[in-house]
Amino acid sequence: MASVIVHPEKELKVVGTSPLRPDGVPKVTGLAQYGADFSLPGMLWGKILRSPHAHARIRSVDTSKAQALPGVKAVMTSKDLPDQKFEYVGPERVAVNFWHMTRNIMAREKVLYEGHAVAAVAATTPAIAEEALKLIEVDYEVLPHVIDVDEAMKTEAPLLFEDMITRGIDPPPKEPSNISKRIEYKMGDIAAGFAAADEIVELSFKTKPVHQGYIEPHATLARTDADGQVELWVSSQGHFVVRTMVCRLLGIKTADLRVHAAEIGGAFGGKTVVYVEPVAVTLSRKSGHPVKIMMSREEVFRGTGPTSGASMTIKIGVMKDGDIVAADALMKYQAGAFPTSPVMNGLMCGFAPYDIPNVRTIGYDVVCNRPKTVAYRAPGSPISAYAVESTMDAAAKKIGMDPLQFRLKNIAKPGTQLVYGAKIAHEGFAETLQALQRHPGYTKPLGKNQGRGMAVGYWFNGGGESSATVHVNEDGTAVVATGSPDIGGSRASTAQMAAETLGIEYERVRPIIADTNSVGYTQATGGSRVTYATGRAVIGACNKVIAEMCARAAKIWKIDVEDVIWEDGFARPAGKRAGEFPPLSFKDIASKRTATGGPIVAASAINADGQGPGFAAQFCDVEVDPETGQVKILRYVAAQDAGRAVHPKYVEGQIQGGVVQGIGWALNEEYIYDRNGKLENPGFLDYRIPVASDLPMIETIIVEVPNPNHPYGVKGVAEANIVPPMAAIANAIENAIGQRLTELPMSPPKVLAALDAEHRG
Amino acid sequence: MAKVHVTATLNGNAVEFLCETRQTLLQILRDELHLTGTKEGCGTGDCGACSVTVDGRLMCSCLILGAEMQGKSIQTIEGMADGEKLHPLQRKFLEHAALQCGVCTPGVLVAAKSLLERNPDPTEEEVRYWLAGNLCRCTGYNKIIEAVLDAASEMRRA
Ligand code: FES
Ligand code: FES
Repeated sequence: MASVIVHPEKELKVVGTSPLRPDGVPKVTGLAQYGADFSLPGMLWGKILRSPHAHARIRSVDTSKAQALPGVKAVMTSKDLPDQKFEYVGPERVAVNFWHMTRNIMAREKVLYEGHAVAAVAATTPAIAEEALKLIEVDYEVLPHVIDVDEAMKTEAPLLFEDMITRGIDPPPKEPSNISKRIEYKMGDIAAGFAAADEIVELSFKTKPVHQGYIEPHATLARTDADGQVELWVSSQGHFVVRTMVCRLLGIKTADLRVHAAEIGGAFGGKTVVYVEPVAVTLSRKSGHPVKIMMSREEVFRGTGPTSGASMTIKIGVMKDGDIVAADALMKYQAGAFPTSPVMNGLMCGFAPYDIPNVRTIGYDVVCNRPKTVAYRAPGSPISAYAVESTMDAAAKKIGMDPLQFRLKNIAKPGTQLVYGAKIAHEGFAETLQALQRHPGYTKPLGKNQGRGMAVGYWFNGGGESSATVHVNEDGTAVVATGSPDIGGSRASTAQMAAETLGIEYERVRPIIADTNSVGYTQATGGSRVTYATGRAVIGACNKVIAEMCARAAKIWKIDVEDVIWEDGFARPAGKRAGEFPPLSFKDIASKRTATGGPIVAASAINADGQGPGFAAQFCDVEVDPETGQVKILRYVAAQDAGRAVHPKYVEGQIQGGVVQGIGWALNEEYIYDRNGKLENPGFLDYRIPVASDLPMIETIIVEVPNPNHPYGVKGVAEANIVPPMAAIANAIENAIGQRLTELPMSPPKVLAALDAEHRG
Repeated sequence: MAKVHVTATLNGNAVEFLCETRQTLLQILRDELHLTGTKEGCGTGDCGACSVTVDGRLMCSCLILGAEMQGKSIQTIEGMADGEKLHPLQRKFLEHAALQCGVCTPGVLVAAKSLLERNPDPTEEEVRYWLAGNLCRCTGYNKIIEAVLDAASEMRRA
């Protein structure tokens, strides 16, 4: 790891070190319990029947034979779910519509993709449940389907919703279409900007949908009581989110649903919604037994959300000296079977790294017959960055400027106006690019068939609602409870920030993830928000503990609380005037709790803003095999601004993981459909995510430009890293073979075709 | 359907179970013997999360049947530590932060142990190829590879 600290701060003892994670031992011994690892006495196995068609009307569902099979205890269809009001709720960027959601959980009028759930059973063994699914008779009227985004936008395309009128167009179109929404952002004068430009570059791109590819399939266990109380064990990024959704979908009072966050085997955005949870609760209610549902890998691919495939056109106008004067983007994203793709994010993030006076971004959210998309690491941004950062490279080439220097010349700074209304409020972009530029590999000569490419990536990062409770124990240890499921080591960073704030050793802090009835509301682990927002809640609760500790010391010393200060884990009299007392440690005071006022407990909650955005800059060297078209990554260097790395090893891990997902997206991963709209590669054999032997070591550069809004300077680090790789690799391939690939994945056949085109001239 | 009665050795202890002929070893371990450390990532032999050794050979437990285990010796992740003493690989995985979500970790550890039993001094490339059947979506493999190499060097010195 290389590390660049831009503004050195006061020495910290625990923050900035890489201690062992507090939840590590059960994870290396096999004792940690993930979603599928829970069971209860009398438990049944739930299984879901899925549509074999990409698009069909459901004429009828007959479950009587399944119901009659010995061992079957409950069967359900969409009739068992109350219908929902048609309305979009929540902030526009992530709006949900429960009318859609209930139909995605279980199809009603139509099935909209192959793998769409139609019915479910619960039985005493998995084998009986499987058997029962085969006995359910569904009468389908098969309809024409559409998958590709450009096809889905055509007037003659089959309609998923016969009454869908595009939102965001004034006056609204008269005819229905698959276009759920049009969005436009603009600033400055686009036409004048392009008219003034010395050079204009315009390119079009296509990307394929890719799956988050978490190794743990979705799994849940539900238990219901006759009085309406429900308990759920979930593998989710947000057990509070599960609670909200399940309560709304099933009409359960919030306080009656207690959700436990299991260990979660990867998610990357894909576990921010519900699939199996409302089904398990319904089956449990109907049968009176606990019900466990585990998806198979095939179900994960057919039935859960990938991110969008997209079709994009980018136009950039530049001056000879490297100034960008205008930028225009058209982005069409697949939403999948129901509206709301991350196209808004794509429109907002695409040009966000740059200071450009005249910008316009137009986007379309388009439904098509494939699973409803769901967040995937920096949702929407990697797709638009692939197009924008490829076009940036072409523009740099056109004016003969080094691509990194070109970006640096145009980089956004605090105060830069962004197309979507916000202004950049933080430093760190230029510093990150400069750190990458200083890497000795950036200027190292390349060999035959080799090329180098770079790209940058922007992500908003998240703030939002988080809660934390700190309990001080009589032996001077502390339990820190939060509502943030830990996917990548956040219990370690939580304990570090608590230990640092309290002034006690890391080993004396035990971080836990409390269930929904045991800690305050907390948004999902997503948007790189936990170490920032939950971290601030934890620090807030620790500060309250310190205030309480000072009050107890004042009581013991019989002085005013204003005369007590807290320093490095000790209460001390504030100067001579306060009196002469030997300092009291955290442990001393904790042990005297009974005599000084009882248990020491503090809770803190926050709706945090002021998160610093994520910024990543990366370069890679590739070698293209002219015989096979295979692209080998020879070297990959990734710089990212962490604000301050609380646990540097986990920050490196986030960067390495994000980059490698990006490499898979760039080179291998895609959904392959047959003529009937059926997925042909619903498994890891044919949907090939990167394996260890595909890769070199990923070199990381952690840049630290502290965020003034977090006591330790934290900026989220989990997502910006997946934004640059597709473009960085495309740019490197272009550098190696002189041909630009404008479609993902850049698999060997596409590379070979590009090489042929070059030879033909 | 009549179940098959199987006696075998599991992590060094005698074990017996009844199993349906179609139940995989993975299902037996998880659902009948309640050892849930062995994970299911795919059920089709493509991810390595279910790795165990049978008579010393590394296998995907989702691809073998419980009924085939008669007289065999099975090792799972639960048998890797010696009581409270972690295996060097387990320790090095923690020290190197080689796990994020940790769901691939049991399979990776079982596979890595099997590698080091055959080849105590592997190169980075050999580790990468040996572990190519163990998918990890979180880490990008860097720290996994570093942890295995570091554990190997510590075990050679021991
Ligand atoms: S579960 Fe056996 S290889 Fe994936
Ligand atoms: S640590 Fe999550 S899959 Fe490997």
